[in-house]
Amino acid sequence: MGISNIIFILIFAAAVLLFAKHVKFIVRNIKLGKDIDRSDRKDERLKLMIKVALGQSKMVKRPIAGILHIIVYVGFVIINLEVLEIIIDGIFGTHRVFSFLGPVYNGLIGSFEVLAILVALACLIFLIRRNILKIPRFHKPEMKGWPYTDANLILIFEILLMSAFLLMDAADYNLQQRGVDHYVKAGAYPVSVFLAPLLSGMSDSALIMFERGMWWFHIVGILGFLNYLPYSKHFHIILAFPNVYYSKLDPKGKLDNLESVKKEVELMMDPNADPFAAPAEPQGEPERFGAKDVFDLNWVQLMNAYSCTECGRCTSACPANITGKKLSPRKIMMDTRDRLEEVGKNIDSNGGEFKDDGKSLLRDYISEEEVLACTTCNACTEECPVNIDPVSIIIDLRRYLIMEESKAPQEWTMMLTNIENNGAPWQFSQADRLNWKNEA
Amino acid sequence: MTDVLKVPTMAEMMAAGDKPEVLFWVGCAGSFDDRAKKITRAFVKILNATGVKFAVLGTEESCTGDPAKRAGNEFTFQMQAMGNIQVLNAYEVKKIVTTCPHCFNTLKNEYPELGGNYEVLHHSQFLQQLIDQGKLAVQGGAFKGKKITFHDPCYLGRGNDVYEAPRDLIEKLDGELVEMKRCKTNGLCCGAGGAQMFKEAEKGNKEINEERTEEALTLTPDIIATGCPFCMTMITDGVKLKEKQDKVNVFDLAELIAQANDL
Repeated sequence: MGISNIIFILIFAAAVLLFAKHVKFIVRNIKLGKDIDRSDRKDERLKLMIKVALGQSKMVKRPIAGILHIIVYVGFVIINLEVLEIIIDGIFGTHRVFSFLGPVYNGLIGSFEVLAILVALACLIFLIRRNILKIPRFHKPEMKGWPYTDANLILIFEILLMSAFLLMDAADYNLQQRGVDHYVKAGAYPVSVFLAPLLSGMSDSALIMFERGMWWFHIVGILGFLNYLPYSKHFHIILAFPNVYYSKLDPKGKLDNLESVKKEVELMMDPNADPFAAPAEPQGEPERFGAKDVFDLNWVQLMNAYSCTECGRCTSACPANITGKKLSPRKIMMDTRDRLEEVGKNIDSNGGEFKDDGKSLLRDYISEEEVLACTTCNACTEECPVNIDPVSIIIDLRRYLIMEESKAPQEWTMMLTNIENNGAPWQFSQADRLNWKNEA
Repeated sequence: MTDVLKVPTMAEMMAAGDKPEVLFWVGCAGSFDDRAKKITRAFVKILNATGVKFAVLGTEESCTGDPAKRAGNEFTFQMQAMGNIQVLNAYEVKKIVTTCPHCFNTLKNEYPELGGNYEVLHHSQFLQQLIDQGKLAVQGGAFKGKKITFHDPCYLGRGNDVYEAPRDLIEKLDGELVEMKRCKTNGLCCGAGGAQMFKEAEKGNKEINEERTEEALTLTPDIIATGCPFCMTMITDGVKLKEKQDKVNVFDLAELIAQANDL
């Protein structure tokens, strides 16, 4: 084992540990959410995950972006098989350790190469769509600054990784042709064979340097990318799967019934309830109605926030956003994640306890105006390729506004008073409910 | 045809020792909104003509609580829900049909956990069943050659995956069904859902109903059909805003069937 193997092992171990630590931080943050039972209908959930996350069924609703995304996704997953070989080679100082597979190996390397060039091209088209064609959904207010840079960084990163992979192969191919020691004749190079002539003028030692350089760039790049994920919208490549698995299976139109409210309403409606009875011993702090901050949301809603890759399909289909309102379902998810990250860091820097920072998701991140503009039409949940549910967060924020703060537009207050007084949102008497029968 | 509708109430039926096969849940819009009352009457005409044994709650009906829930007031919603469930269960209601997708969604999806378990149908599904059972035959003549587009109500379409029943009904009319670009799962909201019906919209550059009506008008339809009293208000207002009310009619599915059969 040489010095380079030791360096490799150290870099690899550090990268994996660092990533694990960050994942732990995110998992802890998600668990700050309230409990919600999504352990039911396991078969249905598994099927949904296979169809929507693995099978990308909702991505192709928009065919251009959908098909390009599938290329990048399939490429990413399959090319990562190659990483396994790279890791083994890196640790033990071998070269192309799987080459004994013969024709199978040739087939694998050949298909990696084809996928690599396709991925690079797809990413290039994505860059063009974002930066030159300026597809509107990538240029909404919430995309200014980091989110915009993040998207471009991911695409450039992937192009660089694919290029390094192909150039590494091109150098390797040249070395194999020259019969240089250690470079076994193995693999098929349908793409890099065209790049090989570019390098053919180099000396053996320069070629070896170049091949090693690309090898290191490729693997260190991948490990770096791995550690970039938790900071980025690109974390969706991991969370898309559990996010779909645990998504809502009920009809989209259904909203949950608040259990805390149910108990109180049942008590009010119970003719046998003793109004003078001593209240039951309070069990801990009374539960807040609705959501003011991330703690009031459930863990699925918080996982939704970390799963969002900011594609903006939701926002581009949102009737409120289309007609110029401030509401953007994507921003609801981005705000929830940003606030959750802030809360997580607060907890870590205060010895595991959240120290009140005087801020909350509602108002410091999401304004009342945004919350009020939603028509609950579910265009956003229908659009989301990974079944994120912004409507549930909006409704929980409304619940807090109206039940904890009694804050509602005056017209809503009137509507609610009417329902309570005369059983209709308008001021008509319940006694007149059947008058239509005799009206021509 | 006679304009006298037979509308028995549950109380009357119960007093006569009888039971309907289905309860017609009229809803607040269907009871009080002048335009929606016409939909209610049209639907009852079909029920009368086909001899469906139905009843309404009449003055015992109350808001399902949908707008309260969507506005965030879970208390008011659950108070309404539990009150209604007491009435419905007392009458041992098993099957409900309603002309309002909001009532439909709430009764079907949100009442079971609170103790109200019923088979709930939107009137498009119910009419479809009547046709399938051979109880209702739609005469096509009146709409021959008419261009009809269907606006999917969110709580019927995306909310509960009912896309085909309304379209099957329109096909029966012998008209030409034309689809908007944003239809079915991609349908654009009329702007009324989520309790927006009951307040001014937030600041923007356009009203949602205008956006939706413009889309429908690009097809130059003779009729914009819908299946929701709130969509009806929004689209009708949109058509008036665009000054097309002389050329384009907005009708509910029940009205189209009633007209086709000259009821």
